[in-house]
Amino acid sequence: MPTTRRQFLSLASGVTVAGTIPIVTLRPIEATPAMLNTAIRNVVGEAQIRSGKVKLDIPPLVENGNTVPMTVSVASPMTADDHVKSIHVFNEKNPQPNIGNFYLGPSSGRAQVSTRIRLADTQKVVAIAHLSDDTFWQVAADVVVTLAACTEETN
Amino acid sequence: MAALINVPSKARRGDIIEIRTLTSHIMETGFRHTADGKLVPRDIITSFACRYNGTEIFRADLFPAIAANPYLSFFTVAKDSGKFEFEWIGDNGYSTTASASITVE
Repeated sequence: MPTTRRQFLSLASGVTVAGTIPIVTLRPIEATPAMLNTAIRNVVGEAQIRSGKVKLDIPPLVENGNTVPMTVSVASPMTADDHVKSIHVFNEKNPQPNIGNFYLGPSSGRAQVSTRIRLADTQKVVAIAHLSDDTFWQVAADVVVTLAACTEETN
Repeated sequence: MAALINVPSKARRGDIIEIRTLTSHIMETGFRHTADGKLVPRDIITSFACRYNGTEIFRADLFPAIAANPYLSFFTVAKDSGKFEFEWIGDNGYSTTASASITVE
């Protein structure tokens, strides 16, 4: 019996389905705003976080999330009585909410830290400063990312 | 491993100076997969410290969200002539040190 076009097509599609190995497994691994809050609370504890004093310099639009320049500065005289103890930077949607913790002191002279970070998605970046009087100050910045980092496949 | 340190060689006493460091490291996040689906294990620098004549003046905890070849810039007050020592510590027993000297007048 000659194979009809219909039989041939159904056979062909069956082969295609069987032959397709599920290679693409894009897991939605990302921190959630809840994880961001937990990470912040781990550092801050129950203390109140106020807005202000901290400045976060980060480009609002980045093409490559693999290396994003970032500068955090805090308005502080950096004296023995009034200085920044630490600066903590968090993100909202990378696989992990932490970016970095930076510990300073009165001998720093200026409360400013720069580094380069990775961003896996368009998201919010939060910087929190811990002052010597045990108050916490924060600032947030929104960054649009066109090429994501962290989770892409290696070649 | 190579590290690039940028510290002014001379400063006046009391000046606030910027210290910039760059070290070569892959900073593998531990969240990436190879084409055949295997997880690439994490390999990052987890901590950095800078000592000025033996006293710690700056320390950082790094996470996978820090870009490859970590760059850090921070400030300190030039107090005395002497030496800055830098130390990076990471996964798989990674450890590197570097130093720079400064003359304070």
